[in-house]
Amino acid sequence: MSIIVDETTPVVVQGITGRIATFHTDDMAEYGTNVVGGVTPGKGGTTHCGVDVFDTMKQAVAATEATASIVFVPPPFAADAIMEAADAGIEHCVCITEGIPVQDMIRVKRYLRRYQHAKRMCLIGPNCAGVISPGKSMLGIMPSHIYQRGPVGIVSRSGTLGYEAASQLSAVGIGVSTSVGIGGDPINGSSFLDHLKRFEADGETEAVVMIGEIGGLQEAQAAVYARDHMHKPVVGYIAGLTAPKGRTMGHAGAIVSTVGESAAEKVQIMRDCGVTMVKLPSDFGTVVPRVLRR
Amino acid sequence: MEIHEYQAKAILADYGVAIPEGGLAYSPEQAAYRASEIGGEQWVVKAQIHSGARGKAGGIKVCSHEREVADAADALLGKRLVTQQTGERGKGVYRLYVEAAVAAESEIYLGFVLDRSAERLMVVASAAGGTDIEEIVARDPGSIVRVNVEPAVGLQSFEAREIAFAVGLDPSLVPPAVQLMTACHRMILDLDTTMLEINPLAVTTDGRLLALDAKMIFDDNALFRHQDVSELRDKSQEDPRERTAVDRGLSYVGLDGNIGCIINGAGLAMATMDMIKHAGGEPANFLDIGGGASAERVLKAFRLVLSDDNVEAVLVNIFAGINRCDWVAEGVVQALRQLEVPVPVVVRLSGTNVDEGRQILADADVGVITADSLAEAGSRAVESIRRAA
Repeated sequence: MSIIVDETTPVVVQGITGRIATFHTDDMAEYGTNVVGGVTPGKGGTTHCGVDVFDTMKQAVAATEATASIVFVPPPFAADAIMEAADAGIEHCVCITEGIPVQDMIRVKRYLRRYQHAKRMCLIGPNCAGVISPGKSMLGIMPSHIYQRGPVGIVSRSGTLGYEAASQLSAVGIGVSTSVGIGGDPINGSSFLDHLKRFEADGETEAVVMIGEIGGLQEAQAAVYARDHMHKPVVGYIAGLTAPKGRTMGHAGAIVSTVGESAAEKVQIMRDCGVTMVKLPSDFGTVVPRVLRR
Repeated sequence: MEIHEYQAKAILADYGVAIPEGGLAYSPEQAAYRASEIGGEQWVVKAQIHSGARGKAGGIKVCSHEREVADAADALLGKRLVTQQTGERGKGVYRLYVEAAVAAESEIYLGFVLDRSAERLMVVASAAGGTDIEEIVARDPGSIVRVNVEPAVGLQSFEAREIAFAVGLDPSLVPPAVQLMTACHRMILDLDTTMLEINPLAVTTDGRLLALDAKMIFDDNALFRHQDVSELRDKSQEDPRERTAVDRGLSYVGLDGNIGCIINGAGLAMATMDMIKHAGGEPANFLDIGGGASAERVLKAFRLVLSDDNVEAVLVNIFAGINRCDWVAEGVVQALRQLEVPVPVVVRLSGTNVDEGRQILADADVGVITADSLAEAGSRAVESIRRAA
């Protein structure tokens, strides 16, 4: 098993005819992702990257029975694309787009609550690297060659730090069940907590690496869940110990504005909850094997 | 994006929020003239900088004579004001706002912020206004009321009424307070404001509500749909290095250390800064060159990082996903050949096309120090300074 996607998951690419989407659609298909179609309003009836293009998500889902989508739509229109995916019955939607206005995301999250919890679309991102279940399927923009298949789940805000962890694990012969990027925006589609639950229930995952950063309170909430409900070990890292207060560090959500949002505070809370904290981002490759052996 | 107090007040006034009479001044003469226009017997001269806590830093002066107004303006204009929020360099005062002094009976705090956990807008209010919210939280947390706004329907009158009663307003002032909060909420939705703070909101001795100070922050990601808001940007209030970075499409935050950082990905950039600190060094900046970095972009990044005189070494740390290590290596080689680089350069490449990238660096023989891992990158950057010293 793995979480969110595997080799059978049928995927539609939203905004498929764009330059970046084209590059990554080919890359995903080559990796083995089951790309079944694309959507670009006004380009329905054509083909692109070897699959049919549709005008709307409803048409695409009706014709292809897709259950997942990946959004490469520019920021002004991305929120709309996410809601269109939900309305078309998509189960998992990955949004790569960086720069969606906060109010658009508030609206998206409110819109998703129209659906009962069991039927609610799981949004991953925005502003994330996507999801990869190594050897099976990739719904994202990561360098797939650094990932090996194995027992460790990764959930990370940052794309590059997720790569860093995966490659350090590969170097010591440890693989990954699924790696999920939840994105660097202030409002995320899904949280650390959401994915810890999935990893806890996944048969292939034996341990989880959780990579957070300054800003927000999500890491602390996830750590409390790990303490109270998880049987699998969690290894954690928080980036931004040296980040000054009140400054946005690249990611729109990476800003310390209130109590509990600094790296030092998060590290303390997670450690108190029994999460094994990696002190330096270069230590995933030494700490994770130790935790797996226990 | 931040704007000045006078700009925020003008926006609020457009939405029907009452503000004291006031005007902008660029010179002492103008300031005195504004005071005479406004009339009355007492005025407040307020330095317009992008920072709170101006009062404690001497940026707000109460004057009882037009001559005093001119003197206060003369003392403030052209100065760099250092507040608790500006850092050591402070911010330049180039505009003043002259306002009629108001006799306040009580002062209320009213704020609208994004509640990230609830994923909604939150209204925060307190009867203990006039000092900053951190102080209120520390001294009188019981006075704070918080209401989350349901995004489907927006702020309702009953919610605003609850807040108004909770901060102890006289019943006669509750209807105007409801109107004021509703107007603020409408403004926030219209303009993609991520933070609005009216502090203090004064209850005047003659029984009116007046916004005495206002702070607004706008969502940078939403500026594409607000040309009018974009025009309020004041570049004189930005760190010159950061201003250059924004104009070049790079994400940069200036810090006080001596190791310049050129990194892809915000998370990796923060983590690399932490590595440098752990190795005994201090990062000079945060810089994310983003995905798809071309050689040209790397060159721009070098120019920017080297424009900081404190930089004694440069660390390039790239984990290429969409990026390609060979492009980055080309950029490093170009930078070292075209620019005068008087400091050691440490390069760590990983990910897509890493072997090609390392080959390019080796062939060019431009004297970079290479590192194979994140740990090596941090320690070699710190060592390179010690060796040069």
